[in-house]
Parts: sequence; C-alpha cells; structure tokens
Amino acid sequence: MTANVIFEKLRARFGEGIEFQDNSLLPFIKVRPDSIRKVADILRNNPDLGFDSLMCLTAVDNPANFTIVYFLFSMKHQHKVTLKVETPKDNPNVPTVEKIWSAANWFEREVYDLFGVKFDGHSNLVRIMLPDDWEGYPLRKDYQYPATYRGLPL
Amino acid sequence: MSLIENRFNKNLIVTSADYFINWGRANSLWPVSFGLACCAIEMMATGMARYDIARFGAEAFRPSPRQADLMIVAGTITHKMASRVKLIYEQMSEPKYVMAMGSCACSGGPFVKHSYAVLKGADLVIPVDVYIPGCPPRPEALLEGLMKLQKLIRQKSIAKK
Repeated sequence: MTANVIFEKLRARFGEGIEFQDNSLLPFIKVRPDSIRKVADILRNNPDLGFDSLMCLTAVDNPANFTIVYFLFSMKHQHKVTLKVETPKDNPNVPTVEKIWSAANWFEREVYDLFGVKFDGHSNLVRIMLPDDWEGYPLRKDYQYPATYRGLPL
Repeated sequence: MSLIENRFNKNLIVTSADYFINWGRANSLWPVSFGLACCAIEMMATGMARYDIARFGAEAFRPSPRQADLMIVAGTITHKMASRVKLIYEQMSEPKYVMAMGSCACSGGPFVKHSYAVLKGADLVIPVDVYIPGCPPRPEALLEGLMKLQKLIRQKSIAKK
C-alpha cells in the first residue's frame, strides 16, 4: 500500500484531525499530539494496516517547534508509513507510544536525552546515553557547549 | 669475578635483580580484556594467529583487572565511560602499564572538536606509558607499541619507583 492509500484507510477509521502531506521524497501523515496514541493503535491493530514494527523514532529541532517522526513498517504487508507530530518549543510534550510498540521505550528515552522532549506516560523516562548528571540537551540548535564536564575539558 | 670463580656448578647465571625482574615483567604482560570501539577489533586481530601477540608474551587477556598488569585503551572514551576506565585502572595491581591505542585514546581523534561526549585523550584520567597513533592502528603498530613498552619496562629499577 502506498502512503496515500494508508492515509485514506486511517481517515476512514479515525476521522478528521489528521493531515496528509504528499512530499515526493517522504510522504507523511501529520498527527496532533493528543491523537497520536489513537492513531498508533489503529495503525498497529487494524489488520489491513498491520504496522507491527516501529523502525525508528526521532526528532527534528525546527525553528517553530520540535517534530517527532515515527517510521513504521508492516512485516505482513511490507509497506511503510511516516508520522509526524509537532510539539511547542517551550514545554515539549508528546504522549508515549511505548504501550503500542515496546521498541519506543528506548527511542523515546533517546529523544528525551538529546532533545529534552518529554513523553507522557513513559515507564522510565531517564537519560539513556549521556550521564545522568548531564545538563542540557545537546541536539538542540541553541545548545551551548559547556567548557568542562566533571573537571575534564570537553 | 674472582670471588665466585670456580665456586659454583657450571649451570649458574649471575645477573642483577633489576634485570631479572624486568625480564619477567616485560615478557609476560597480561592485558585487561576490554575494548571500547573499533580499535578493539584490531587488538583482537593482534591476538589471533596471523599477528600473534603471544610471541611477545602478552597473549593472556584477563577478564579481571586484578589479574592484569597492562591496560590497552583500545578505542573512543566517552565521558560516561571515563569513570569506568579509571575504575578498571585503579583495580589493577602494581606494577601496571597503560597503552593508549588509536587517535581517540591518544587525543580524542576525529572527535577532538565539536563533540560533547568524547574524552580528549586517555591521559586526562589515567597515566599513559605508550601512545599508538592510527585510526585504527594496524596490528603491527600495536606490536611496535608493545615492544616500546617492553623497552620502557627494562629501563625501570626496583630501587626507585
């Protein structure tokens, strides 16, 4: 199934409030933060869609917002789809999809670690790669490099 | 020589304590078995038959730092890992030696600028005896570094530390 058909199937189930952007490079479905859980649930559990694999979850630091990007794949149907969720720069907050794809647990921790986006309902939202006492979120565009860490030059 | 001449059997060797102890230390270096990044692959290749680090007596990679006296820092040290590397070094018993293998362990390598996560050289946390440049160094370079370290050990004296 192409992204277009997947979107039409999804809209038939979910209704309004999601948006399809047909970019020739990467067509994606734009979802509001409060609907992502329901959309994810439909994508995973509807037998026609059957997105059983969350290949990647990452984030983009845009000038206006943080965009969380979900790359989904269906082992059964061998099709892909991309979701995007936008969240404001001050207090970035997105519901977790950990209950739907357990792979999201670490992906969301990584995004939290490097971008500081909080995932509501996550079971263990702590830093995954940087040390626990690290300050700031290094992949943000406005990140200021500290001169030292624990007395060692950076 | 006159004092001991003809007083012992023929299979006696006379040497200094320094020479004898250093001979033992230099020729049976036991490295800690740990690697941090891609340099560890070259270190493993050095341990295998083609390059065979056993020719220099350093083939006994120990999984415990308590049994080892050589630390080959093979790879990129991140700031999160730096405290662990230091802990492993401190757990090793004296005498202990450190080889910084590869550009990352020597100076931070390709991560020396614009990296928030990488330690800029192993010598910031532990004392390093031999630096082996390369990205990663070939097994020959590691063996060269090992021979340099053996040379260093042979120059040491138990009288002054």
